[in-house]
Amino acid sequence: MKTDTIAAIATAFSESGIGIIRISGDDAFQITDRIFLSKKDFDRWNKEEIKKDFQKDFFIESAKTYTLHYGFIVDEESVIDEVLISVMRAPKSYTAENVIEINCHGGILILQKIMELVIKNGVRVAEPGEFTKRAFLNGRMDLSEAEAVMDLIHSKNEFALQASIGQLKGSVSSVIKEIRSKIIYEIAFIESALDDPENYDTDGYDRKLSCVLEDICKKIRNLIDHADNGKILKEGIQTVILGKPNAGKSSFLNELLGEEKAIVTEIAGTTRDILEENIRIGEISLHIIDTAGIRKTEDRVEKIGVEKAREYAKKADLIIYIVDSSVDLDESDEEILNILRDKHFIVLLNKSDLDMSVSEKEITDKIDVIRKGCDIIKISALKHQGIDEFEKAVKRMFLKGEVSFNNEVIITSMRHKEALLEAEKSILMVGESIEAGMPEDFYSIDLMNAYAALGRIIGEEVGEDLINEIFEKFCMGK
Amino acid sequence: MEFREKADICIIGAGHAGCEAALACARLGLQTVVFTVNIESIAMMPCNPHIGGSSKGHLVREIDALGGEMGKIIDKTFLQSKMLNKSKGPAVHSLRCQADKAEYSRFMRMVLESQENLTIKQTEVCELLLEDIPDCENRSKKITGVKILTGGIYECKAVILCTGTYLNARCLCGEAITYTGPNGLQSSIHLSEALEKADIRLRRFKTGTPARMDRRSIDFSKMEEQFGDERVIPFSFETDPEDVQIKQESCYLTYTNEETHNIIRANLDRSPLYAGVIEGTGPRYCPSIEDKVVKFSDKNRHQVFVEPEGRYTNEMYVDGMSSSLPEDVQLAMYRTVPGLENCKIVRNAYAIEYDCIDPGQLALTLEFKHIKGLFSAGQFNGSSGYEEAAAQGLMAGINAAREIQGKEQIVLDRSQAYIGVLIDDLVTKENTEPYRMMTSRAEYRLLLRQDNADLRLRKIGYEAGLISKEQYEYVCEKEKQIAEEIERLKKTVVGASKEVQEFLVSKGSAPLRTGTSLAEVLCRPEFTYKSIKEIDKNRPLLSDAVIEQVNISIKYEGYIERQIRQVEQFKKLEKRMIPEGICYEDIAGLRIEARQKLAKHKPVSIGQASRIQGVSPADISVLLVYIEQMKRQV
Repeated sequence: MKTDTIAAIATAFSESGIGIIRISGDDAFQITDRIFLSKKDFDRWNKEEIKKDFQKDFFIESAKTYTLHYGFIVDEESVIDEVLISVMRAPKSYTAENVIEINCHGGILILQKIMELVIKNGVRVAEPGEFTKRAFLNGRMDLSEAEAVMDLIHSKNEFALQASIGQLKGSVSSVIKEIRSKIIYEIAFIESALDDPENYDTDGYDRKLSCVLEDICKKIRNLIDHADNGKILKEGIQTVILGKPNAGKSSFLNELLGEEKAIVTEIAGTTRDILEENIRIGEISLHIIDTAGIRKTEDRVEKIGVEKAREYAKKADLIIYIVDSSVDLDESDEEILNILRDKHFIVLLNKSDLDMSVSEKEITDKIDVIRKGCDIIKISALKHQGIDEFEKAVKRMFLKGEVSFNNEVIITSMRHKEALLEAEKSILMVGESIEAGMPEDFYSIDLMNAYAALGRIIGEEVGEDLINEIFEKFCMGK
Repeated sequence: MEFREKADICIIGAGHAGCEAALACARLGLQTVVFTVNIESIAMMPCNPHIGGSSKGHLVREIDALGGEMGKIIDKTFLQSKMLNKSKGPAVHSLRCQADKAEYSRFMRMVLESQENLTIKQTEVCELLLEDIPDCENRSKKITGVKILTGGIYECKAVILCTGTYLNARCLCGEAITYTGPNGLQSSIHLSEALEKADIRLRRFKTGTPARMDRRSIDFSKMEEQFGDERVIPFSFETDPEDVQIKQESCYLTYTNEETHNIIRANLDRSPLYAGVIEGTGPRYCPSIEDKVVKFSDKNRHQVFVEPEGRYTNEMYVDGMSSSLPEDVQLAMYRTVPGLENCKIVRNAYAIEYDCIDPGQLALTLEFKHIKGLFSAGQFNGSSGYEEAAAQGLMAGINAAREIQGKEQIVLDRSQAYIGVLIDDLVTKENTEPYRMMTSRAEYRLLLRQDNADLRLRKIGYEAGLISKEQYEYVCEKEKQIAEEIERLKKTVVGASKEVQEFLVSKGSAPLRTGTSLAEVLCRPEFTYKSIKEIDKNRPLLSDAVIEQVNISIKYEGYIERQIRQVEQFKKLEKRMIPEGICYEDIAGLRIEARQKLAKHKPVSIGQASRIQGVSPADISVLLVYIEQMKRQV
């Protein structure tokens, strides 16, 4: 029996070193051959004017097991990366299936591109823990490891589920819900008409459906394009900016972004809502959340903002603590220090252009109580000073592995995109059925596929949705 | 002296489930007794006068292919026949007949009475006799017999419960409440208690039926007459098509209007449903007229079909207007409908409430998981419809017989038959209302067509012992002819000759560029097998049934192949069995909800487990690892 072929990123993300994409399954070799050129082939390929009909000489398929191959990953006309490919033939591999490991440059963008390429060529994104599961089921792991394997699958899935929903931007999830409700309505209409043909007439329905599908397709395409721009997910290191009101959090964010997004005034407590932005520092992507200032407040609206800030801080990978060095430390700062206790953080002494009433020494002493040797940087958001140092600090923390970026985030975005593409394909197939003059009952098969695929993104199953929709929206007669 | 009899199998109830169950058991050579509270009500149709309809027609065809009786009887007793959805794809074509109710019941009774090994007994069964099975973890009890109302005992090895809507039944017509079964028949009041004593979980469902009217009081000139098909196709694969070309009766279509709806709205407080007198859950697919008016208030009219109940009665069934409103409101409401202005009601509409089980207690064989030898089928299992009942009755009958004979049980899966979908849904999913078959419930419906039920299931019926060798060989020959003809069409290439091109152009089809196989030409939407005869000179003489299969197989090949691939995936998981006695509480990697649901349903395969609500794909992965671990430890 054939097993489908899966892929995942096998290394943690970091800027330096290598990244590994692992592929496992019956078609692992054939699929790799579609995107890999050996050095020799690559040199010839490079010289070709028309690359479409290029015939390669070397095939991974015929390579011996436990061999390493140098070459390039190419996507049609363009070169993605210079790589080393390791070949492990079934059954002597980690999963006991055909396994390929693509060793490429470790940048997030490259890994992402190669993953997308293998997906496009017929690989499925692995479920959380699926490699380990396959290894165990295929007898490559000891019986004693069963418990650990089950735990791993369980916890990875729980995490992935949270990551999937947690990372999805609210607006995206409501767009998907809207598309889904349109799709299920159409299926319910078709099925009601099949069930009660004397009551529901399908004359001219194909034309009406075509219009609906066109609109749905546009919306899905839009989401796919956004997925490419990283706008669907709150990608990157979850970073929260904390500080007292008017410490200059928003000005700092503006400085990083190079645009006036956050409202900056001299009245303390202006940022009552949460602002979110993605910024890139080299290869590192920060998802920055600007919060309301932390202070004791009686203002109801502001109170909510402060509570939210605390919540975000709890979930953050990195906290940027901005200290207003022109005023003395007070109990609000103590409060923030408490939040920092188990977190990775960078302290920025802002307003260093003004008279400093908080010295570096004073803050170092306080911080040392909770953690020694952390980064304290003097900046002036107003005078554009210290921003470079801040960026260097972030890079250093990231590369040292202090702040890591969970693979699950990228993988989630891959799964989302895979699902969106599947939904799009299904909708297009309905269009083809209409074109080919197929009867209505054929439409609902692919419509249902699209509905299920979109549901995976927002963590919703199909269940009895169709039956419920039929009875809710259509009155059954006879 | 005590009354004591011996049999192999006792069937409780002689409705559509009970009849199929009894016939199957007796035909498989077992001494069978079928109990009914009233012998005049064998195979009674207490509600609508149809057999078949969308997806239900599929069930009847499947019952027939497996050796059941329903299709044969309706072919002899129908008044009108229609193939529904003819303009849609072949997967959703569905046959529906108007039945002569009294004749249907009479013919079925005749078949039962003349069946060897089968005894009919009019009495109420009030107790199940059970015996503990020592040292058996899963099944703590087994059935040894039943006790009837008089105190007499029937010893037996298996019992099939087919009590329909009779258990603790209560009929409601406005404020008038009677404790009877359908149609004023005696209900069955003792058995529920006995079932609860045997740890069987019961629940309460409700359903309803419209009024019957005197034909002479109806003005049909105000309604649209509805005819049957010109050429009738029989239900049974064994009926000679010529035998069903009879003179058909008409049905009539009329509509409710705002006046009707106003009367209903004004009297909702007197409806037991809306006044909260009814506790049972009713079916959403078959709403009462009160429900339609309340839930779909934007609709200013609803269809009403007026249909004959039989050739020898004046009673007409008012389809689409079931109700539990009081008699006076009913009359006023019906009389607002065009054609019914002077109607006289023979029998009032009413709602009925009854005890049934949560079918999660059953295995896919329809045997109770915890009581060996106890099976159940039909509305008692929480389904609705004559066809759904008959299908379960047949399967329960086959499996009860096979258990006694020590043979392997027969379970149809979701890729083999609508019957498989029906039983799997009942047993595996959480149903909160009477379950009705629908084509949308079948994920592989392109494969499960009514036209190929014989090709799908004859072999199983033959192996079960309900289909003769001759009938089986007939299907094998048909299968062979289909395969050969498809092969021939794929291999026969027609060139771009003048004759061919002219033919294509004359039919509004694009001319050929190169040599093309006949199969490819047939794939064009404008053609059918029959319409390309002119360019297919050497075609063999084939029956219509074979031609139909060839036509469908070629025209929809791409879609059909996709479903076949999906079925292969599906089968992989169905074949992974879960060992009996697995303790889900011990599997730490499963989410709590999944543990509870799995423990409750005790699925037999990974595939079935994956369909239980609340069991996620990750839980399935964990379960796979756990089972592998168990296997290796042995």
